[in-house]
Amino acid sequence: MGAARGVSGCSVIWEVFRQEREGQPFQHGGSLEAPNIAFAEAYAREFYGRRGESFALWIVPREAVDEVREPYVADVFDRDYRRVDGYSLKVKLKEARELAAKNASR
Amino acid sequence: MDSRTQEFLEHVQAGGQVEVDDWMPDEYRSKLVKFIEMHGNSELMGVLPERDWILRAPTLQRKLALTAKIQDEVGHAQLIYRVVEDLGKPRSACLDDLVSGKAKFHNVFHYPTKTWGDVGVIAWLVDAAAIVSQKALLKCSYAPYARIMKKICWEESFHILHGRDVILTMMLGTDEQRELVQEALNRWWGPLMQFHGNPIAAADDPTFHWRIKSQANEEARQQFLDGYVPQIWELGLTVPDPKLKKRKDGVWEYSEPDWDELKWVVTGHGPETERRLGFRQASREETAWVRRAVLADAA
Repeated sequence: MGAARGVSGCSVIWEVFRQEREGQPFQHGGSLEAPNIAFAEAYAREFYGRRGESFALWIVPREAVDEVREPYVADVFDRDYRRVDGYSLKVKLKEARELAAKNASR
Repeated sequence: MDSRTQEFLEHVQAGGQVEVDDWMPDEYRSKLVKFIEMHGNSELMGVLPERDWILRAPTLQRKLALTAKIQDEVGHAQLIYRVVEDLGKPRSACLDDLVSGKAKFHNVFHYPTKTWGDVGVIAWLVDAAAIVSQKALLKCSYAPYARIMKKICWEESFHILHGRDVILTMMLGTDEQRELVQEALNRWWGPLMQFHGNPIAAADDPTFHWRIKSQANEEARQQFLDGYVPQIWELGLTVPDPKLKKRKDGVWEYSEPDWDELKWVVTGHGPETERRLGFRQASREETAWVRRAVLADAA
């Protein structure tokens, strides 16, 4: 994540994640600058909660966020067995049905 | 242009986006900073014409709504300056350049608010013009800016309703009130037509070239006219431009806006420029002790 370039004093950059309704995933809302968690919380409430638009907020110092980007694992192997598109049943299913029908009519 | 820059340009022109830590050409970064900083300045300066009316708002409800709108706009400035800070320019430097007159802010915030009618026209039509530009920024190539625009557009939609409600209430009032609205519209129409800038072709606009903006100036103005002129007309108001009409092909014709006035005003010569920048400077000095105290306490 971005280093707090050029920010003076002892202010901290906080990333704010908001949950719109109970049970929904938290999504990144934005960032804010505040000297400590008490101020960060007050600002975040004002920025993201004053119309009741957030059910809950996560307020995290930017430095604590560890970002990992794709590709997470080098794409060396054919990993289609992990995905739905790795299983093409159409042709096999057709053949199996035909075979079953043939056996039944015998 | 080196191959890395070329690759970057192709990426953004194909609709690709950029995050804070991605490599970007210096020219892109400086264009971004200038553009976004001007947006932040405009949000911050834009509250001053409205601030003058908090104490004079006609009802308690209007006072509360106006105060809430002002809080929203200052909040937008906070969010936007944060984006600029991540691009390398600290907020204090932005404020220095603003009060010294080095940095610009939108033309409409250099004018006085003479009556409560002006407050209604600003909240309705200036915010409508702004939301046309801001909605186009949802597709900005710089992703952190595009993301905060979602929240900003959402809040601006309340402001437009608030402004339209102020105008409707007055249009349902006395002849004197209707006249007040018409006079305010007459005052603001010129600056509103200048708001989206000169009709430079998208291809010649550097902010479009880098896909900071996703539409040409004239496209934005046409969208504004198409959305709001019918709403103005249906209330029995007159738009002070005899040439204004919608052609059969859907394009709006209008008198050439005064581009010299636009240039003169945004370079710091508007009727209220000096007074408002002076106010910003003074309030910054007056509140310096708060910033010092807060930072010292947190140390």
